Amino acid sequence: MNELTAGSMLYLDGISVSFDGFKALNNLSLTVAPGEMRAIIGPNGAGKTTMMDVVTGKTRPDDGEVFFNGTQDLTALDETQIAELGIGRKFQKPTVFEMHTVEDNILLALKSDRHARATLFWRPNNEDDRRIESILQIVRLSPLRERIAGSLSHGQKQWLEIGMLLAQEPKLLLVDEPVAGMTDAETRQTAELLKEINRDRTVIVVEHDMTFVRDLGVKVTCLHEGTVIAEGTIDQVSANQRVIEVYLGR
Amino acid sequence: MSAFPLTRALDRGTTIFLALLAAIAIVVPLLNLLVPASSPFHLSSYFVALFGKYICYAILALSIDLIWGYCGILSLGHGAFFALGGYAMGMYLMRQIGTRGVYAHPILPDFMVFLNWPELPVYWYGFQHFPYALLMIVLVPGLLAFMFGWFAFRSRVTGVYLSIITQALTYALMQGFFRNNFGFGGNNGLTDFKEILGFNVQAPGTRAALFAVSTLALMIGFLICRSIVASKLGKVLIAIRDAESRTRFLGYRVESYKLFVFTLSACMAGVAGALYVPQVGIINPGEFSPASSIEAVLWVAVGGRGTLTGAVVGAILVNYAKTTFTSGPLAPYWLFMLGGLFVAVTLLLPHGIVGTAQQWWASRRKPHERRPVANGAAAANPHPSEPAPRAAE
Repeated sequence: MNELTAGSMLYLDGISVSFDGFKALNNLSLTVAPGEMRAIIGPNGAGKTTMMDVVTGKTRPDDGEVFFNGTQDLTALDETQIAELGIGRKFQKPTVFEMHTVEDNILLALKSDRHARATLFWRPNNEDDRRIESILQIVRLSPLRERIAGSLSHGQKQWLEIGMLLAQEPKLLLVDEPVAGMTDAETRQTAELLKEINRDRTVIVVEHDMTFVRDLGVKVTCLHEGTVIAEGTIDQVSANQRVIEVYLGR
Repeated sequence: MSAFPLTRALDRGTTIFLALLAAIAIVVPLLNLLVPASSPFHLSSYFVALFGKYICYAILALSIDLIWGYCGILSLGHGAFFALGGYAMGMYLMRQIGTRGVYAHPILPDFMVFLNWPELPVYWYGFQHFPYALLMIVLVPGLLAFMFGWFAFRSRVTGVYLSIITQALTYALMQGFFRNNFGFGGNNGLTDFKEILGFNVQAPGTRAALFAVSTLALMIGFLICRSIVASKLGKVLIAIRDAESRTRFLGYRVESYKLFVFTLSACMAGVAGALYVPQVGIINPGEFSPASSIEAVLWVAVGGRGTLTGAVVGAILVNYAKTTFTSGPLAPYWLFMLGGLFVAVTLLLPHGIVGTAQQWWASRRKPHERRPVANGAAAANPHPSEPAPRAAE
C-alpha cells in the first residue's frame, strides 16, 4: 500500500493473471475514484471479466495489488469476505434465483446477518418489506413482486439482478454487460437506472454497446490483451488510433 | 422467539401429514396387539416389522431429500451414516446379550470370543449404557459428516465429483467393516440380539413399540426438515442449489450452510439406522454397499425431490413394491423393474409423484397465475413461465 491508494475506491496496480501460459491480464493498472462511474470497453478476450474476477476474489492475481476503499487489500480475501466489505457483482449472464419469487430474490440479497443461525430464526418484518418494495420500485419490478424469477424476461432478470446488487447496499458495483440482449427501450432504461444508482454508489460497467456507453456519458477505459490502452472521455477514447485498430475499427 | 421456525413450518399440508403419521403410530400397534388374530382388522407382527423397516427407510429418504432436494448435494453414500447409526445401536444390543451368548462370556460378544480376543476394545466401552449408545448414534455419523463436509465443501467439491467421493466413502467403510480385526463382527456383522432396554426384541409388544417410536422419529425429523426449509435459511439453501456462485457473491458463506445441513442430515440418517437394526435383528457391512445408497436416492426421486413428503411416500412405495415383487414369481426381474422405474421417473415424472401432484394441484387452484401480468415490460415475455427442472447434479 502507498499514498496513491488513499482516496480511491478501487485501486489496481500491475495486475497479472495467466491461465496455462495465456496472459489474461498483463500488468493492468486502474484507479476508480469514490462516486465515479467508469465504463470499461474492449474486444473479446481483453480481460474485462477476468478483471472483475480478480476484484471479487474469484481469481487470485499472480502479481500486483488490489486495494478497495484506499486501505483494504482484496487479494487476501475470498468472495464472501469481499461481498461483505461492500462490493457487489452482476454477472454477464443474468443470474437470479430462478425458483424463488422476485421478492425472495431481493430478500436474500438484503444487507443483513449472513450467518446460518440468523437466517434460521429470521422472521418477516415491515422494515425488510419496506426495503424490498423500495428496491423493486427503483428497478421497476414492483408489479411482479410475487412472480417466480424464472418466468421473467431476459431484461427483467437483468434488472432483478441489479436490484439484488442494490439490496446488498454495496459501496462499489461491478456490472458485467448489463444490456446484452436487451431491446433499445430496455437499454435506455438501464442507462437511466445505472445513473440513478451512481448517485450514491461507485459503479464499474463493462459493456460492448457503444451507444449505451455514450448514453452513460462517463470516463471510459479501453482494455486490450489484458492491459489498458486508452482512458478518457468516450470521444477521446474512440478517436484513439490503437482503440480504432483493435476494437472499433472494422 | 426461538420457537418461531417451528410455528412457521406448520402449514396446512404439514399438519395433515403429521396428523396422518400420528394416527399410524397409534393405530397400527393397537390393531396388532389388541385386535384378535381372527379379526379382519388384525395386523400381523410381520406387517408391523415390515412397515417399521419402511418407516426407517423413510427417515433416511427424508435426510437425503433435505440435502439433495433443497441444497443440491447429491450424496450417494448416505447409507454409510445410516449403517453407522445402526452399528452404534447394534453394539448396545450386543452388550445386552451378556451371558446368554453361545460362549456365555459376560462381557465379550460371541465373535470376539471366537476370535480369541482377550478383552473388549476401547471403542466398545460404554455401549452397555443406553444413553451413551443414543449419543453415539447421533454423534458418530454427525462427526464423520462434519469432517467429510469440512474438507469437501471448503475445497468446493460439487456435483458428480462430490457424489463420487461419497460413494468412495461408503465403499471404504464397507471394506473396513468386512474385516474381522475392525472389531465389528466382520462379514457377519452384529446379530442374535436378545433385549432392548430389558424388553425382548422379538416380542410383539416390543416390535409394536419400535414401530411407534420409529414413526415418532419420522414425525420429528419431518418437523425439523420443514422448519428448516420454511425459514429464510431454507431459501438460502435453494439459492445455493440453483446458483451457488451468485449466493457466494451475495456474501453467504456457502460451505457453512452446506456443512450445517449435511451434518444434520447425517445425524438423521444415523437415527434411522439405529431404529432399523432392532427391527430387522441384524446389521452387517452390506448396509454400507454403494448400491443401497443409490437405491435410497431413487426413493427420493420417485417420490419427488424437494418436497419432503415425497421422500417418505417414495421410500415406502418403492420398498413395498420391492417386498412384493421379490417374494413372488417376478423376483428375478426386480432389478430390471428398479432400473425401469428409474428411467420412467426421469423421463415421465421428473418431479416425482408428490412433485407432479403438487404442480397439478397448483395449476388447478390458481389458473390466473398463468395470465401475463398487466405491465408494459412484462407483456413482452419471450420465455414461457415454466421454471426448468434442474437436472440431477
